[in-house]
Amino acid sequence: MKAAEIHNIHKSYDEVKALGGISMQVEKGEIFGLIGPDGAGKTSLIRILTTLLYPDQGQASIFGMDTIRDFKGIRKIAGYMPGRFSLYQDLSVEENLNFYASIFGTTVSENYHLIKDIYQQIEPFKKRLAGRLSGGMKQKLALSCALIHKPDILFLDEPTTGVDAVSRKEFWEILKNLEEVGITIIVSTPYMDEAELCDRVALMQEGQLLDVDTPANIIGKYDHELYAVESRELHQLIKDLRSFDKTVSAFPFGDTVHLATQEKLRRKELQKFLEEKGHEGIAVQSIEPGIEDCFMNLMRKQNDE
Amino acid sequence: MKRFLAFVKKEIQHIFRDTRTMLILFGIPIAQILIFGYVIKNDIKDVDIAVYDQSKDEYTRQITNKLTSSGYFILNRELDNMKNIDRIFKEGEVKLVVVYENNFSKKLHAENNATVQLIADASDPNRANLITNYSGAIIHDFVKDEFHIDQLPYQINSKVRMLYNQNLASVFMFVPGTMALILMLVSAMMTSISIAREKELGTMENLLVSPLRPAQIVVGKVTPYVLLSIINAITILVLGVFVFGLPIRGSLTLLMLESVLFITLSLSLGILISTMSPNQQVAMFISLFALMLPTLLLSGFIFPIENMPKLLQWLSAIMPPKYFITILKNIMLKGTGMAFVWKETLILGGMTAVFIILSVKKFKLRLE
Repeated sequence: MKAAEIHNIHKSYDEVKALGGISMQVEKGEIFGLIGPDGAGKTSLIRILTTLLYPDQGQASIFGMDTIRDFKGIRKIAGYMPGRFSLYQDLSVEENLNFYASIFGTTVSENYHLIKDIYQQIEPFKKRLAGRLSGGMKQKLALSCALIHKPDILFLDEPTTGVDAVSRKEFWEILKNLEEVGITIIVSTPYMDEAELCDRVALMQEGQLLDVDTPANIIGKYDHELYAVESRELHQLIKDLRSFDKTVSAFPFGDTVHLATQEKLRRKELQKFLEEKGHEGIAVQSIEPGIEDCFMNLMRKQNDE
Repeated sequence: MKRFLAFVKKEIQHIFRDTRTMLILFGIPIAQILIFGYVIKNDIKDVDIAVYDQSKDEYTRQITNKLTSSGYFILNRELDNMKNIDRIFKEGEVKLVVVYENNFSKKLHAENNATVQLIADASDPNRANLITNYSGAIIHDFVKDEFHIDQLPYQINSKVRMLYNQNLASVFMFVPGTMALILMLVSAMMTSISIAREKELGTMENLLVSPLRPAQIVVGKVTPYVLLSIINAITILVLGVFVFGLPIRGSLTLLMLESVLFITLSLSLGILISTMSPNQQVAMFISLFALMLPTLLLSGFIFPIENMPKLLQWLSAIMPPKYFITILKNIMLKGTGMAFVWKETLILGGMTAVFIILSVKKFKLRLE
């Protein structure tokens, strides 16, 4: 049995189309990432899977339970951490955790082993009101609350948004540990670099699925040559690279521009082209593509169609 | 059951940690009952009067004495001409001027007829009416006592007795009304706000994605407010009895049971409101406008229903507080029992059932 089976899901809010026919399957025990920018439809999909929203069309099931008919069954085995911090700010850390344990008919001590690694970090502040915690601590508390009833499947909606880099790294380590316990995890994130930490990912854009595969396979499917190009004038550089006749695409990537070309370039050729355009401090380096490059590539292809 | 208790515990923690909620729950009811009890009064007490006594004889003195010793009036000053009356009223203290004509006693003896003029400040017409009625009655009383006038052969004396509220104290009227208003507002508003808050803060998402049933969520939310509202009802009654001397002539148990019924009704109304409001602000707005104004205006609390246009009378028939006020007055003032309030009780019970069914139907198991 699959952890989640999603078949041709459509969802619109009034005029806005959030999901336009999504189909995919999530295997039991994997970390499955929903990767895409804001507005890709990640939250809508998670809410449909957690039985919070009805799809307009299509079916979805969690461990064989239909999200519409068997919603009660799903609510017993699912853990959910919404995108917005939504614990009780006027209750303390400890009170929040106890409350969520008891509404699922369990106790904190019963499943303490599951949350031990996470909760130990915030335990010194257990008397503090949840509203006064820092962003990273809030997120750890929310995860603890979502885990306290030992769910079979865990839904995390952008858990690392607005969290510092160190906490993000810690958070993913925690998720890896949970995977070892056998919990299936469906996590959404707008950060492409987190995609590589998932077992499989679904790349989403404007309610459409670009690809579903392991990060390695997605990168393997990349069909262009990729270069990181640098110069003093980043903005002008993008413009000029886009006018270069061998360019497929050029996107800013930090301080550099990722240039995709159909065929291998001779570095001199590009150097010459850029010098003629008056660029200084030019550096060109051949690089391996990352998920973000693949995402941009798939997105461009979809737009061309 | 353990889930439910955990929920109630959480709810109580919310209430006691929020000073604003506490203030609305306990501060406002007490303030309101005291304000309504002391400030809004239809009866008069210690009204300042001025006297222009042109004859200064035995009778005029006696009448003035009788007026000022009644407890209703205080002699503010004596006048020696008519010219100042306008100025005195404009100063604002004096509400009534009593003018005795010249040779008052002599005329009374010789002609069996003397005139006393009562000039009232009618910028507040209701009050002016009351004042002249009271003073007129006192003067009339005096004449009757002094001369034992029974000489007219045919005379009909109407003897008025105000039952259940001998002194026509308006507190008797306002305490039941305020009690209905406060219970309605506090119960309905607080529950609707507290449920809407879960929606607004996103915690409802977490509650929904749990095995809690909607009934558990709703009853868990409401239970603490039932208890707090009962405490409120008791506070209001205690204030009414000990501060304003309101009687409770009927059964206290019945009174409390009826109050609990009305509280349940208000709470179910609150839940219904919360199912329609996406956030706290809307919930508060609906509660205030849909509940407070009709309670004040259409329940017979301030304006008598019988005098309203037919349309408003029909509207008032669907106002729950109307029935509760009737029940309260019956039990507290008339001392009647269930035999006389069963109809109202039944109506309130029916309304409660309708609200509960509607709100359970409307309570969403999902986000949309």
